[in-house]
Amino acid sequence: MGQITLKQVRKSFGDVHVIPGVDLDINDGEFVVFVGPSGCGKSTLLRLIAGLEDTTSGIIAIDGKDATALPPAKRGLAMVFQSYALYPHMTVRKNIAFPLKMAGMTPAEQEKRVERAASVLDLTSYLDRRPGQLSGGQRQRVAIGRAIVREPAAFLFDEPLSNLDAALRVGMRQEIAELHQSLKTTMVYVTHDQVEAMTMADKIVVLNAGRIEQVGSPLELYRSPVNLFVAGFIGSPRMNFIDGAEAAKHGAATIGIRPEHVNIIAAGPWTGTVGLAEHLGSDTFLKVTVDGIGILNVRANGEVGHHHGDRVSLAPQADKIHRFNRDGRSIT
Amino acid sequence: MARAVSNRTKVINTAIAGTLGFVMFFPILWIIILSFKTEEDAIRAPLEVLFSAGWTTENFVTVQERSDYFKHFSNSVIIALGSTLLGLVIAIPAAWSMAFVPSKHTKDVLMWMLSTKMMPPVGVLVPIYLIFRDTGMLDSRIGLTIILMLINLPIIIWMLYTYFREIPGEILEAARMDGASLKKEILYVLAPMAVPGIASTILLNIILAWNEAFWTLNLTAAKAAPLTAFIASYSSPEGLFFAKLSAASIMAIAPILIMGWFSQKQLVRGLTFGAVK
Repeated sequence: MGQITLKQVRKSFGDVHVIPGVDLDINDGEFVVFVGPSGCGKSTLLRLIAGLEDTTSGIIAIDGKDATALPPAKRGLAMVFQSYALYPHMTVRKNIAFPLKMAGMTPAEQEKRVERAASVLDLTSYLDRRPGQLSGGQRQRVAIGRAIVREPAAFLFDEPLSNLDAALRVGMRQEIAELHQSLKTTMVYVTHDQVEAMTMADKIVVLNAGRIEQVGSPLELYRSPVNLFVAGFIGSPRMNFIDGAEAAKHGAATIGIRPEHVNIIAAGPWTGTVGLAEHLGSDTFLKVTVDGIGILNVRANGEVGHHHGDRVSLAPQADKIHRFNRDGRSIT
Repeated sequence: MARAVSNRTKVINTAIAGTLGFVMFFPILWIIILSFKTEEDAIRAPLEVLFSAGWTTENFVTVQERSDYFKHFSNSVIIALGSTLLGLVIAIPAAWSMAFVPSKHTKDVLMWMLSTKMMPPVGVLVPIYLIFRDTGMLDSRIGLTIILMLINLPIIIWMLYTYFREIPGEILEAARMDGASLKKEILYVLAPMAVPGIASTILLNIILAWNEAFWTLNLTAAKAAPLTAFIASYSSPEGLFFAKLSAASIMAIAPILIMGWFSQKQLVRGLTFGAVK
């Protein structure tokens, strides 16, 4: 079981209210991703759940039991840190066995569990090395190994991939997602990378300045963001925002249209000049300065041959236009 | 790119460094020479001292007979080791809390501790002396151990604080998540990682306690007197005995010099710990 409930959880450091009050339900077996820009409080929220920070007020319940005052070790959660936080003076074997040793398990049982975790994570041949002799990806796997041997109620990941290079990150991302599918244990994952959030999550929690802006499945957030912040944060490349006269035509203070929802056609309502054209093969990204509107990012298929200085005509897909009022809230 | 250094510069630099080194070492060398001379030879002009014929080990024998070197030596060992260990017992938890759970006032406390080292010790001699007299700790090894521990405590805490600060907090948090109690966290994670730092703190404090002369001279008479008092007893009002004073000095500094020599690598590594990754 790994059900986590937050009720009016607040955290202040002196006069700074990092988390002004959060309500959230995380269901058993769910993969929940906290995403937001740096400083939005997502790591603090995770550390509150872990018990590494004390709440200023509010209740954190794990499997229905109030865990607000419990120390980290008593909460039955395991955490993987951004810096891996391996014990440098211990071998991989001892690192993975450490939580079992702390739990007072017999050496034989420890060994059995370490071997099993090592074979799942492909670490068997590295068990007698020290963390310093491993690559970044291997260290991350040791950190995950140390988390899974305890069979915790839930895993907490604090930006676990941000110290890895781009290629390794994609691989580890898939490994963690597969691990979730095989273990079916609750995972709470913090990242600032919305691509990680979109690809891994069952449920995304978008945070901004300590507040939850929106909670939903990746596609819900993509299709119907509740405000400008979520609209701008989810989706890559970023959504285009247009205000002024063009927005007023749609009865909104601001309208948003994603780059992939702008078509290049022969005679569209908007015309502009191509500033930058990036040909990736699979896609073409164009930065177009549209007359009377401003710069729009457009995502077209890879065969589009436009270059710097070309005049193009554009049309937004009418049903994909997002409308926002003066307060930045979505108009439905 | 490395800076280009010509051979001439290298030679000049080496010569300057060698000369400086010799000048600094010279007093110790001179004491060594004097300690093997008779009292008559020892008070001659320097060149005559060097070329006079008489070399003798008699000074060492006389010194041991007259003032029981081994009693002073064991006092020094007990006081130096005792004050260092007692200091660690207090300083490790103190440095831990300041490094890992700092409060608003941690910086102030650290500065305040350091500021006590700026005060001339003679300023508090009278009150300390009276306290020692009234509690019966005058001329006792326990009294000296306590006072030397207190004097070096700011340095021990500062050094340990600096080493502990180098240990990433996330590793200790990981231990906490893994179910380690505070005691196990310190025992299994913090202490093994801080071993180089703790070792050099121990070494430095043994040296400081061994060489401390102000309090050891003022608070002891006969029973608890360490080697500093042993040396001082040879520069007495009855007249200077240069050769015997030198022999006594050599006997007093030799143990710490040898220990320093063998542990210098550890000491330097500890003192520059974290400065170079």
